[in-house]
Amino acid sequence: MYEILEKEVLAPTIKKLKVKAPLIAKKTKPGNFIILRVDEKGERIPLTVADYDRKTGVISIIFQEVGYSTKLLGKMDKGDQIQDIVGPLGHHIDLEGYEKVVLLGGGSGTALLYPKVRGFYEQGAEVISITGARTKNLIILEEELEKYSDRLFIATDDGSYGHHGFVTDILKDLLEKEDDIDLVVAIGPVPMMKAVADLTKEYGVETIVSLNTIMVDGTGMCGACRVTVGGERKFTCVDGPAFDAHQVDFNELMNRLNFYQNEEDLVYDTAVEEDN
Amino acid sequence: MALQKKKTPMKEQAPEERIKNFKEVPFGYSDKEAVVEAERCLQCKHQPCVEGCPVHVPIPQFIQAVIDGDVVEANQIIKSKNNLPAVCGRVCPQEEQCEDVCVMGIKNEPVAIGRLERYVADYNMERGTDSTSAEEIEKMKVPELEGRKVAVIGAGPAGLTAAADLAKYGLEVTIFEALHETGGVLRYGIPEFRLPKAIVDQEVEAIKELGVDIQLNVVVGKSITVDELFEKGYESLFIGVGAGLPRFLNIPGENLNGVYSANEFLTRVNLMKAFKYPEYKTPVVVKDKVAVVGAGNVAMDAARTAKRLGAEDVYIVYRRAEEQMPARSEEIHHAREEGIEFKLLNNPVAIHGKEGRVSQMECQQMELGEKDDSGRRRPIPIEGSNWMLDLDTVIIAIGQNPNPLLTSNTKDLKTKSWGGIEVNEDQQTSREGVYAGGDVVTGAATVIKAMGAGKTAAENIKNYLLEKSKK
Repeated sequence: MYEILEKEVLAPTIKKLKVKAPLIAKKTKPGNFIILRVDEKGERIPLTVADYDRKTGVISIIFQEVGYSTKLLGKMDKGDQIQDIVGPLGHHIDLEGYEKVVLLGGGSGTALLYPKVRGFYEQGAEVISITGARTKNLIILEEELEKYSDRLFIATDDGSYGHHGFVTDILKDLLEKEDDIDLVVAIGPVPMMKAVADLTKEYGVETIVSLNTIMVDGTGMCGACRVTVGGERKFTCVDGPAFDAHQVDFNELMNRLNFYQNEEDLVYDTAVEEDN
Repeated sequence: MALQKKKTPMKEQAPEERIKNFKEVPFGYSDKEAVVEAERCLQCKHQPCVEGCPVHVPIPQFIQAVIDGDVVEANQIIKSKNNLPAVCGRVCPQEEQCEDVCVMGIKNEPVAIGRLERYVADYNMERGTDSTSAEEIEKMKVPELEGRKVAVIGAGPAGLTAAADLAKYGLEVTIFEALHETGGVLRYGIPEFRLPKAIVDQEVEAIKELGVDIQLNVVVGKSITVDELFEKGYESLFIGVGAGLPRFLNIPGENLNGVYSANEFLTRVNLMKAFKYPEYKTPVVVKDKVAVVGAGNVAMDAARTAKRLGAEDVYIVYRRAEEQMPARSEEIHHAREEGIEFKLLNNPVAIHGKEGRVSQMECQQMELGEKDDSGRRRPIPIEGSNWMLDLDTVIIAIGQNPNPLLTSNTKDLKTKSWGGIEVNEDQQTSREGVYAGGDVVTGAATVIKAMGAGKTAAENIKNYLLEKSKK
């Protein structure tokens, strides 16, 4: 069992939990993820480690309530126990060798982006962060990103905050004006990552995306997380989660993410009914 | 008394009934049936069955104890060699091992050793007398080893066996398991109707009683490395992480929704209990028409599971012929009884989909040619014989390779080209103090072979530690 030490509501459906997990805190690097099970009947769900403190053995996870399990997790409070957490899993991102990096986060993807923003900044790269969401109150971690970015841009779909439009509008503008960007990192909804990949391909800029696929074990055992990258089958859990954006088959990824939509809706609706 | 030529039958659930539930298929022997079967044993002097058993259970002795009415003693006799008797009585391929060499079997059916082992184990579990006796533990204790630390990686059959023996020697044993439950393939792979998980729980409990500490949710190679385990004072390690990497067919359409690896399908149902969805939250979707590609035990498990989840038509699609199917005959028999259809000499060449979901599998008919390297007649495609099988779900059950997560993150551990860890006859790896066994060494094999390797490794770890302390 893993105790929740702190809980913070970042946006109405986006929560942050600090959890005691010393082995994981000791080993995690930016890009690694964990798998957790809320209770003994729960699914195994992958979540990125947003932050970690090696001294205190505490990790932070940030997640958006998108389905039954994340909703259940969102209901937990300080002092509650999470049944299982395993990690760190996946490859971490190699931060060295880049001088000017643009990092884009869409929605709760910004939470996954944050440790990379911090990592590149601490590594001494020039960091330009772009975060976007549907509307102002879904913009998260603005203060943290500000702290670890040389420049920060914000976009909202409805224009309630920052640029009125998509994060890719800002990226396009940067790519037009600045030709010394040597890496773009994008994490967010699949359509957003695909749009970023299409754009940077035109400009020939190396681009990494971090994929959040369906997983069961997270150790390469089941293959549920398989994706096609550069025409080859890769397992997101052990070969990723970060991949070369220009090689990822995003259409296939989108299709695979929708496989359990009906089942997901069923348990989610049950949970909502229980609430009311 | 006339010689009973055939095995005493074991009662089981009727096929039309059992495809509606996940309860165990056979019921096991009654006390009376067990004695009748035990009396068929000739108690022959040279005991070929003991040699035929990978862990050398003293079979005639335990059978004699059953005849004598001392089933508790029978269990202690089995447990002196086998730490998981209730598991082995159910899933061992006895027909290729002890029962294959049984003298009774030369002219008649061999003694039903597996069924008797199961009976003895269940009898003792029901009465809470399944723990290894204090005397037995005392007998195995090695005073020089008391309190010294060893680690076992993986809580499957190899790891559990090694851990139990190491603990009996007096060592302080910690098992590190990546999943949230113990048992390895016994938990995620073999279905409830063939091996009830309550049985696995009880076997694991008995091993914990020996003083073994089990740490779940620890992925050695990621959460902690082999080097760090040595730094923490573990003097020797046993690696039994299994063959957890699923193989795919590498044909078009394999990433469509509705295509599962057998590992994923069985893990969802067994480990995550998707058969109790939505009470348990992990879903599995089979719909009406399911094809399982492959004809090993895993394929039979997947097909029979799909049937129980409500699929109308379940097919086994296999590119070779009947006599070449690698599954146990008992499993094939059970599958047939449950209405699984066999499409043999058919090789899948493509999976076709509609709106991102499986709709058909294209198969090519095969015929048998000359023998290949495996000694089996090679299947040869028949030109122009392609046909379509309408499907909702495809499950790929063509085998697993060793999982590279640990080996790729461990220095100086030699592996073979296909990923298996290299070991000598003592189960020792290229790294001092590190032993390995089970599927991670052999590729996917049987539970009992993994247990045999775990046992051999435990004994050699003992010798290694004794040798080490002399230096």
